[in-house]
Amino acid sequence: MKVLIPGPLLSYTKKREVEATGATLAELLADLDRQYPGLRFRMIDEQDKMRRHIRFFINGEQEFDMTRALQPTDSLQIVQALSGG
Amino acid sequence: MARIARKPTAKTQAQGLRAKRGPRPAGRVAILVATRKGAWLYHGDAARKTWRVDGPHFLGHIVSHLVLDPRDGRTLLAATKTGHLGPTVFRSTDLGRNWKETARPPAFARVAGSEKGRAVDHTFWLTPAHANEPNVWYAGTSPQGLFRSEDGGVTWEPFSSVNDDPQYRTWMGTVQDGTPDGPKMHSIIVDPRDPKHLYFGMSGGGVHESVNGGRTWTPILKGLEVVEGFDASTPSFHDPHCIRMCPSNPDRLYQQNHCGIYRLDRPADTWLRIGKSMPKRVGDIGFPMVLHPSDADTAWVFPMDGSTVWPRVSVEGVPCAYVTRNGGKSWQRLDSGLPRSQAWWTVKRQAMTADAHDPVGLYFGTTSGELWMSREEGNRWACIARHLPEIYAVETAELR
Repeated sequence: MKVLIPGPLLSYTKKREVEATGATLAELLADLDRQYPGLRFRMIDEQDKMRRHIRFFINGEQEFDMTRALQPTDSLQIVQALSGG
Repeated sequence: MARIARKPTAKTQAQGLRAKRGPRPAGRVAILVATRKGAWLYHGDAARKTWRVDGPHFLGHIVSHLVLDPRDGRTLLAATKTGHLGPTVFRSTDLGRNWKETARPPAFARVAGSEKGRAVDHTFWLTPAHANEPNVWYAGTSPQGLFRSEDGGVTWEPFSSVNDDPQYRTWMGTVQDGTPDGPKMHSIIVDPRDPKHLYFGMSGGGVHESVNGGRTWTPILKGLEVVEGFDASTPSFHDPHCIRMCPSNPDRLYQQNHCGIYRLDRPADTWLRIGKSMPKRVGDIGFPMVLHPSDADTAWVFPMDGSTVWPRVSVEGVPCAYVTRNGGKSWQRLDSGLPRSQAWWTVKRQAMTADAHDPVGLYFGTTSGELWMSREEGNRWACIARHLPEIYAVETAELR
């Protein structure tokens, strides 16, 4: 499925839009990490929690559940939430 | 003609001490500057008079520490994160021309299905290990965690003896008990005589020692004061800001603490508050602690206003360093060249250091983004750079 990458993570993917697969959001992030090593840990901490300023939108709707089932036709947008300073 | 006996000044004392000491390394110095918005390297000429700037590296990244491996003279590790992204470590084997992210950054053990598991917010401190342990590094994190790499910083493993130990977890407190940007593990020290002899400090959580490579740890708190009304026998209430081991005498430690300046001469285990001989108007609160490379009696501090609400600025807006040349019996003010008024900055715990030259070069970076140095052991200061972001750490490297 299509994944839209935010600016702070372009150093990993080198492009704004990439393809990844997974039956759930967690599996999709694991596939992204296989393709772009280190990317997942910048978004998800060692306790599998979403980092404070990272948000996921599936087909335009915000999703917090990592077990959310995905279809190949879905799209994921990774967003950097506002962080001041 | 009669000779007039003069009271020795800090400068004449430095000259006299220089004559007594042997030659020291004379490589070119690079200053490694880590800031809230990136990292810079300043390459000095042979006389340490002019500095060529190389940077920014990691523009926009929060860089807590940038350290050169003295064992190979070319590997740099940088502890970074950004406002949005999680923490990581970058590594360069060519003095910063190219950087590669570590494959496994410091991270706590996963605790499945529990709220007790911790997450590293940022790696705060980096220490190259013993000279006989090439590629071994230690890292300290916020919240407090100790990590070790055996492959030059490519992968990192947690020390369960600290990070998961119930007693140590109690002493660490919560993320709300630490410094304003998170509680910290810092001052990881390796005894140059024995790679298994280690120290670290926790803010908060006290000073701890291991003699078996980190399998077990013991607090060393005797003599250290805590904030009035708290129990000094409890490590949680201790806040060592910076601990250093004398390069010329590894049995001697100095410490800048939340509650004063201390010295410890091992095997004794009671710290002596040497800051009591600082001028009362200045006090003995601050963050950095810098030691002379070959004279265990000489140390520098940079006092800070720790009164009332802890403004964390220079005392009365007039920055100064202080030096002792007798192990803390007395201190002399070193402010020549520094602003004389209305300078409301200070120096963080990792942001002041010394080189190994003779006379010793001192370097510090300010919370207002200025980089200062002295080629004369603090007797005269000069500003190398202005308008940098807030400076978090300053280290020097001797380039071969």
